[in-house]
Amino acid sequence: MSSKVLLDPTSESAPAERQRIARPANLDGLTVGLLDISKPRGDVFLDRLSEHLERRGATVRRYRKPTFAKPAPVDLRHEIAGQCHVVIEALAD
Amino acid sequence: MTAPSLPEGLVAVVKRDCETCQMIAPVLAELAEQTSLTVFSQDDPAFPEGLTVTDDRDLSVSWHHEIETVPSLIRVGVAGEEARTVGWSIEQWRALTGIDQLAADLGLPEQRPGCGSMSVDPDLVDSLRVRFSGSTLRARRLDLAEAEDEFEYMHRMGWSDGLPLVPPTAERVLAMLEGTSRPPDEVVAIVPPDLNQATVEKIAISAVMAGCLPEHLPWVITAVEAVCNDEFNMHGLLATTMPVGPVIVCSGPGTARIGMNPGVNALGQGNRASLSIGRALQLLVRNLGGGRPGGVDRATHGNPGKLSFCFAEHPGAFGSLASSRSDLDESTDAITVFAGEGPRCIVDQLSRSPESLAETLAENLRVMHHHKLALAFDAILVLGPEHVRVFTEGGWDRPRIIAELESRLQLPYPDIVRGAGGIAEGIPDGLGLESLPKFSPGGLMLAHAGGGAGLFSMLIAGWVNGDSGSRPVTRAVQY
Repeated sequence: MSSKVLLDPTSESAPAERQRIARPANLDGLTVGLLDISKPRGDVFLDRLSEHLERRGATVRRYRKPTFAKPAPVDLRHEIAGQCHVVIEALAD
Repeated sequence: MTAPSLPEGLVAVVKRDCETCQMIAPVLAELAEQTSLTVFSQDDPAFPEGLTVTDDRDLSVSWHHEIETVPSLIRVGVAGEEARTVGWSIEQWRALTGIDQLAADLGLPEQRPGCGSMSVDPDLVDSLRVRFSGSTLRARRLDLAEAEDEFEYMHRMGWSDGLPLVPPTAERVLAMLEGTSRPPDEVVAIVPPDLNQATVEKIAISAVMAGCLPEHLPWVITAVEAVCNDEFNMHGLLATTMPVGPVIVCSGPGTARIGMNPGVNALGQGNRASLSIGRALQLLVRNLGGGRPGGVDRATHGNPGKLSFCFAEHPGAFGSLASSRSDLDESTDAITVFAGEGPRCIVDQLSRSPESLAETLAENLRVMHHHKLALAFDAILVLGPEHVRVFTEGGWDRPRIIAELESRLQLPYPDIVRGAGGIAEGIPDGLGLESLPKFSPGGLMLAHAGGGAGLFSMLIAGWVNGDSGSRPVTRAVQY
């Protein structure tokens, strides 16, 4: 018996998709993750972002996907979620 | 899906994996020569050999025409089915077909039972119900990702009362709906605090998640109806800071049929029917009504009974709570809902006279919530069988017990005014009264439950009663 489609027990007044958490008002004291998706020169863009963020008092951590052609591995996503308050994913071409 | 109609003439439903079907294959050949016969095969369209067979491997004909046994032989007229026989009986087959010499030369036994139809195979029936009846469901379907753990998903969605839930799949919800004759889209109640419509289907979803069996569903539906009205005031019960929730007292012969336990540990753990019925009600209030702790539920402490508090009464000479509060007799399955907190024990192991036991019970009832508060709160006193025996051997019936307790529960007014005894809590001063009763008329109720050993009773104290709070509601179970 498949359990992967469930019937909604609620009044269905809220969207079924999981909602994003609220954006923080500022970055004071927060840890920001910068995810390089391995596109050429994405690192150049992220280096500049990192400088700006650190000047504003944020702690920056850097991450890198093995390839831009596939979704980030589950472990990497968990690592970012566990270590950061905010994440910026860079796309550059 | 539209039910396929049967062709006029004779219709036989068979499967190869049935010895009786194989035995009567020559009879079907005879019928095919002499009459208009349509054969449906459930497992192999090449069976029976030599006949034109209609493929029913998807079981749609078998399902919609409620085939329970193969072979089934049906006579269909212009207006539809006229007669049906199941298994093999030479007499019945001859009567149904009108052919006196049917199977005369085949040397078959007079009769032989058939086999179970694949359309009622327990391993298939849930998925068949979804395929053929699933369109009756209206609830939003939530697709989970392949790797998503459905148990963690339900917690994350906020559906859980803290314990694991049974995933409400269409298969399980449709199976649950078999427990009632009421249509899935019937609106049973408007559920506070968000005032959303509780259809039979939404209640069935809650019942699945709570762990109910289909036979529990009518009790859950009746409980929902009983709490969602101005009289019971479920909204106020949620919003109060007091530690109360809906207590469901069940009575009638149906309690035994669904496996409820009025005996040892009647108010405790271990009984699926009791716990899942009470839990289904609370899950509905949580998920459909939107009543959640920290939201509209503002209880200071709450109590473990807010997960589920439902129990069955002993049948017998003492009568039931439901019959004492309504014109329902004891042969009627009924529930009484009460806004109550967790139960506490009253010990009296030495009283052997009703008078002595009544004094004990009255002294404990007197201090309920506060010994200086009167009239504001109702109570259910759950008498254990050994305490009931003391009363019945003394010749006291239910009305006598209540009258005797009430006569002992007149609180002297000077003792309960604010400030008396150095305690600020109490009744306003200056009313010029001699005394006040602890309970308003009808506010003290008796139930009968518990194991056969132990001279104990249990007190379930209530919330604010009357128009400003909650009144108990008794209803017959609607199947």
